[in-house]
Amino acid sequence: MSKTLIQPREIPEQEELNYLNNGTSLKSWLLTGDHKRIAVLYLIGISFFFFIGSIAAGLIRLQLMRPTGVLLENDTYNKVFTAHGIVMIFFFLVPSIPAVFGNFFIPLMIGARDLAFPRLNLLSWYVYMLGGVMFLAAMLGGGVDTGWTFYVPLSSMYSNTNVSLAILAAFMAGMSSILTGVNFIATIHKMRAPGMTWGRLPLFVWAHYATSIIMVLGTPVVAITLVLVLFERTFKIGIFSPELGGDPVLFQHMFWFYSHPAVYIMVLPGMGVQSELIANFCRKKVFGYHFIAISSLAIAALGFLVWGHHMYVSSQSMYQSTVFSLLSFLVAIPSAIKIFNWSATIYKGDVRLQTPMYYALAFMGLFTIGGLTGLYLASIATDVHLTATYFVVAHFHYVMVGGALTAYLGAIHYWWPKMFGRLYSDSLGKVSALLVFVGFNLTFMPQFIVGWLGMPRRYSVYYLAPEFQAYHIMSTLGSTVLGIGLFMPLCYLTYSLFKGPRASANPWGAHGLEWLTSSPPVTENFKQIPIVTDEVYDFDYERDHREHAEEADSEEVE
Amino acid sequence: MASTAVDTHAHHHPGLHHQFEDIEQQNEAYLVGMWSFMVNEIMFFGGVFLVYCLYRWRYQDDFYAIHHELNWKMGAFNTTVLLFSSFSMVMAVHFATLKDRMKTLMNLALTCACAFTFLIVKYFEYGAKFEHKLFPGPNFRPELEHLNGANPNVAQLFMSLYFGITGLHALHIIIGILIIGILMGFWYKKNPLVTEDFLPTEMVGLYWHFVDLVWIFLFPLFYLIPR
Repeated sequence: MSKTLIQPREIPEQEELNYLNNGTSLKSWLLTGDHKRIAVLYLIGISFFFFIGSIAAGLIRLQLMRPTGVLLENDTYNKVFTAHGIVMIFFFLVPSIPAVFGNFFIPLMIGARDLAFPRLNLLSWYVYMLGGVMFLAAMLGGGVDTGWTFYVPLSSMYSNTNVSLAILAAFMAGMSSILTGVNFIATIHKMRAPGMTWGRLPLFVWAHYATSIIMVLGTPVVAITLVLVLFERTFKIGIFSPELGGDPVLFQHMFWFYSHPAVYIMVLPGMGVQSELIANFCRKKVFGYHFIAISSLAIAALGFLVWGHHMYVSSQSMYQSTVFSLLSFLVAIPSAIKIFNWSATIYKGDVRLQTPMYYALAFMGLFTIGGLTGLYLASIATDVHLTATYFVVAHFHYVMVGGALTAYLGAIHYWWPKMFGRLYSDSLGKVSALLVFVGFNLTFMPQFIVGWLGMPRRYSVYYLAPEFQAYHIMSTLGSTVLGIGLFMPLCYLTYSLFKGPRASANPWGAHGLEWLTSSPPVTENFKQIPIVTDEVYDFDYERDHREHAEEADSEEVE
Repeated sequence: MASTAVDTHAHHHPGLHHQFEDIEQQNEAYLVGMWSFMVNEIMFFGGVFLVYCLYRWRYQDDFYAIHHELNWKMGAFNTTVLLFSSFSMVMAVHFATLKDRMKTLMNLALTCACAFTFLIVKYFEYGAKFEHKLFPGPNFRPELEHLNGANPNVAQLFMSLYFGITGLHALHIIIGILIIGILMGFWYKKNPLVTEDFLPTEMVGLYWHFVDLVWIFLFPLFYLIPR
């Protein structure tokens, strides 16, 4: 890395055009092909839907404060948890890290000027927003009460709510996800800078490659499944409903064939973020780089073979369940490889406890708990007891909120200075990270216990078991703390946009091509396409090189 | 990470987009993207093929009985038409690589004509099913002679699959006609995007072969069920 690019230049340059101020009209944003601007558009859209989903979550927690319920009718409660599920999964978790940070940083990290297909990228945002608006319309026009899983025959025959519109909305979100996946695959294959070999790809890019494969292979299956449900609902043709000669378990097979891998669509990018954070805040090459890279692909591949563990209590055969159980246990291996390698990276690393590292540490703990409790649900005997209880709810929130959302927040705090060229208050960041961690655990740890004791999910009341109230109150308290922890970044990050101190090109002293360009980056990303000559996360190389360069400098002065 | 300059945009190609270094990189990226999209299409149709396989396996006898309602002669004719259209598409791509504008246009027009023929035949086929009240849903009330002894529920399931899958396929044909039409417009106007580089034509060709290939599977699955 040449010296001029590492160190912020001493002579202040005149204000240059960057991607944010290169064109200020609304049209220049809405018709942009720039992956960085599209990422910002996604950031706005995704934050909005996250807000909607959070309100629904708040209503759910409020309702469960009392065994007889607080606010909502049964029907309304069904609609609220459905809205929470659909919005958070299809409109927040699936696009969150790929569409915002993948979009913004994959081209920067591999040394490209843009994604391979900028117009497709913009189209994906419009399709996403259209889907989102359609779901909002479905919600405001009476709601949907099927749960985010759209199980038949409830969704195709019996529900009188806006299921069709919600299905179309989910279909749109899926299409947007497919377009993103195709774009990433072509970009990662063909747009890498000279010298950026597969063995030098940052792990964030590897994780997105694996994610994109799942998007392209899995999403069309759920798309066709939802189309078939729509046909059944509209034309009353019998594909899935037993009343019409169909088979509802077939729906579950087809749905979970996507929706289990979709869990990995949500968490793999988070693991990619995690690798970046751990390496850069420990100033150390990630331990077992190749193992982490390949384990992402292994998760993507194994993820397609485990869907049956959602169906142990369906009519699926016992032998089938046994095989699915075994395969589900196997997924723990690549996940554990990652966790152990990250731990090994931290060991004897030069750890800097800044806000993003707080989130990275939170991710490790929370994802591990989420993953280990997954084993209870992968083994048949315990799963039959735990199916459809709060144990399941707590488990997947540990993976999705504790894993994916924590990584998303870590990514925002890590890349914010690069994206917007402003620094936020690190101490406020740390406070919010601690609040998120404490609030999250307080919300979901009691749910493990209450689920183990038998509290079923999706119930609006539990007056037959009033002894559960203490756990629910703890959970609601925790969600309040979590809410405050999530609201804080909204405030101080927005504040930093206007009043924050300007960020240098590389405020963290991190390693990677994205830190070579200015903050915020120029529209074409790099003045000149870099040629990569050193290994990934090679902090030793960088330090030696810098010392060497400094020596050379001092000699010159003499 | 040394940062020697790479001479960007060394030779300007009229169709070259700013994010690519040269036209070869662009073409390769487009092909990777196109094949990823086709994988996605295969998984999309794969879902309905799975449904078909399951029910065919479960209701083989009824499927055999009701499949007599489909006109295999019309199906065979359409298969031939689509196979020929794939041939003319190949020729269009071939002449595109040779930059022979007129012959490319002619072959694209031929492909389009085949696609229209396919849809017209399909229109008559669908019409006959509606006439015999074989369209699934509340109006599914075929005469006994049109059931050929099949269980009415299974017959409806079969017709659901038939209309669902061939309908999705027909939608792909219509999209194909639109894309080929736009491509022909580009060729006609001598747009350098297509005349200087055969890749756009090649990509439309890939799409068209995929649509053709889906039909090659659909024809025996629906029209030629063995006893």
